[in-house]
Amino acid sequence: MKAVLTGSHFMLGDIACAEGALAAGCKFFGGYPITPATETAERMALRLPQVGGHYIQMEDEIGSLAAVLGASCAGVKSMTATSGPGFSLMQENIGLGIVTETPCVIVNVQRGGPSTGLPTLAGQADMMQAKWGSHGDYEAIAYVPNSCQEMFDFTIKAFNTAEKYRQPVFVMADEIIGHMTERVVIPGPKKIKLVSRKRPKRKKNYLPFKPDKDLIPPMALAGEGYGIHVTGLTHDARGYPVIDEETQHEMVTRLIEKIRRHAPKIWEFEEVMTEDADIVVVSYGAASRSAGRAVNIARKEGIKAGLMRLITVWPFPEKRIKELAESAKAFVVPEINMGQISREVERFASGRVLSVTHAGGGMLSPEAVLQKIKEVAK
Amino acid sequence: MEVRLGGFGGQGIILAGFILGKAVAIYEKKEAVQTQSYGPEARGGSCLADVIISDEDINYPMGTVPDVLVLMSQDAFNENHDKIAGDAILIVDEDLVDASAFRKKNKVFKAPATRIAEEMGKKIVANIVMLGFLTGVADVVSHDAMKKSILDSVPKGTEDLNLEAFEKGYEHGKNSVAN
Repeated sequence: MKAVLTGSHFMLGDIACAEGALAAGCKFFGGYPITPATETAERMALRLPQVGGHYIQMEDEIGSLAAVLGASCAGVKSMTATSGPGFSLMQENIGLGIVTETPCVIVNVQRGGPSTGLPTLAGQADMMQAKWGSHGDYEAIAYVPNSCQEMFDFTIKAFNTAEKYRQPVFVMADEIIGHMTERVVIPGPKKIKLVSRKRPKRKKNYLPFKPDKDLIPPMALAGEGYGIHVTGLTHDARGYPVIDEETQHEMVTRLIEKIRRHAPKIWEFEEVMTEDADIVVVSYGAASRSAGRAVNIARKEGIKAGLMRLITVWPFPEKRIKELAESAKAFVVPEINMGQISREVERFASGRVLSVTHAGGGMLSPEAVLQKIKEVAK
Repeated sequence: MEVRLGGFGGQGIILAGFILGKAVAIYEKKEAVQTQSYGPEARGGSCLADVIISDEDINYPMGTVPDVLVLMSQDAFNENHDKIAGDAILIVDEDLVDASAFRKKNKVFKAPATRIAEEMGKKIVANIVMLGFLTGVADVVSHDAMKKSILDSVPKGTEDLNLEAFEKGYEHGKNSVAN
C-alpha cells in the first residue's frame, strides 16, 4: 500500500488527518484511543504497518507522548491523536517536547469538557490549554482545521512546522470536523511539500543545543554516533543540566524567540470580504463555518461584515488584528467555548469585541452569529 | 438539499449516509457533507445520518430541516417525523414503522426494505435496498452514481449481493412513484 492515497475520496475528518500524517512521512504513532479521536488511531494502526511504520497503543496518554518523543529523537516523524482528557495527561510531556526541541505532531479532536465532559460531542474549549497547558514559559503552535480537506492539509503543515522549528505542534480539531465526512483530494506525492528537521554536518565539536542564527539547533539522532544528552532540566548547549539563572535565561529566551521571531512566517489566516468590513468576525475550526454563513447573510442584508478565519490560533496573528482594528468598528468572535480567543482578540483590537459563546455539545448556530452582527451594526 | 436517514444502530444507517454522500461528492462532483449522531450503545440505540447536498460550497455542515426523510425504526419516526420541510418527502420502512401518527400533507412512501432484504436471505442489506428505493423515488442522486458508490463502499465479495439489493429497492421505488 502507498503512503499517499492520491485521488478524490469521501473521507471522515479523523481519517483524513491520519492520511495527512502518512503523506507527511509519519512513521510512528503512539496513542491511546479516545472518542472522538479514535478513528485517527484506528487508521494509523491499519496503515502504518503497510508503509513500514509502527503503531503502539500505550498504557495511557502520558506514555503515548513519551513514546512519540522517543521515536522522534530516533529520527522518525511521529505523532499522537487524542481528545481533552488525554490532552490534559499529555501536558507534562508537551513541556518535555518543547524543552528538548523534539519535533512531533499532537492532534486534539476537541470534545466538550471539563473532565470527561461530552465524549461524543463537540467543543473548542482547549484552545487556551494548547497555549498554556504545560508549566513554564513557551510558545505554542496550533493549526485549526475547519474541513476534512484541512484535516489532511493541516496535518501535513503541522509536521512541516514541527520539523522546521523543532517543536511539538498541535492540530486543534474538534468533534464536528473529526466526525464529518467530505470530499478530500489527495495530490500526487511529488506535489506535497515536505520539510525535514535540520541535521548537523559534522560530528566534531557538535553541540546538540547550539543554535544557528535562526535560533534552531541542528538535530542529531539518537544512535547515530553524535554525543548527545537530552533532559527536561534546564540545560546548556551540550544538553547538560545547568541549574542557574543565566542558563535558564539563555535557554528560555531562545526557545521563546525561536517561535516569536518567526511568528509572521508561521501564522496563517484567511480573509473573506474584510477589505471594507465594519464588522470583522474572527473565528476558527467548526465555528468558522457558521461564521461564514452568518457573514454571507449579513452582506446580503447590506451589513458590511467580513470574516477573518484563523488557520493558526497559535501563534496568534496579532499584527493583522491590529491592522483590521484601524478600520473595523467591531469584532465578533464566535467559538464553541466561553470566550477564550475572544479575549485574545481584545488584547490587540482597539475597538469593541463581542463574544459569541457556546458551552459545547453541538454546533454554534449561524443565527447566533448573525444576531450579534446585527446588534453591533445598529 | 438535506437528506436525513434514521434508524437504530446495526442497520447500517450511517453507512447508507456515507454511500449517498460519496455518490454525490465523488461521482456527481457536487458538494456533500455527511454527519451523524448516535447514542453510546454499539447496537440498538437510535442513530441518524444527515447528508447535505449542494451545487455550491457547504458552509454550515449540520442538518437542519430535511427535504427527504428516510426512517427505518419507530423511535426514529417518533423523534423525527415532524421535523420536515413542507415539500419534503417521507420514506419509511413499512414493516418497522407505523406512520399513522403522521398528519402532515407531505408525500409518504412506504418501502418494504427490510422484507425484501429478508427475502434475499440477508437482512443486513436492508440499508442498501432502502438506498435503491430512495434513488428510485426522490430526485437526489443518479442511479449510476449510487451504483458506483455502493461498489466502492461494500466489502469485497459482497458486490453482487449489494447490487441486487440496490436494484430491487430501485425497482420498488420506481413502481411506487408510478402508482
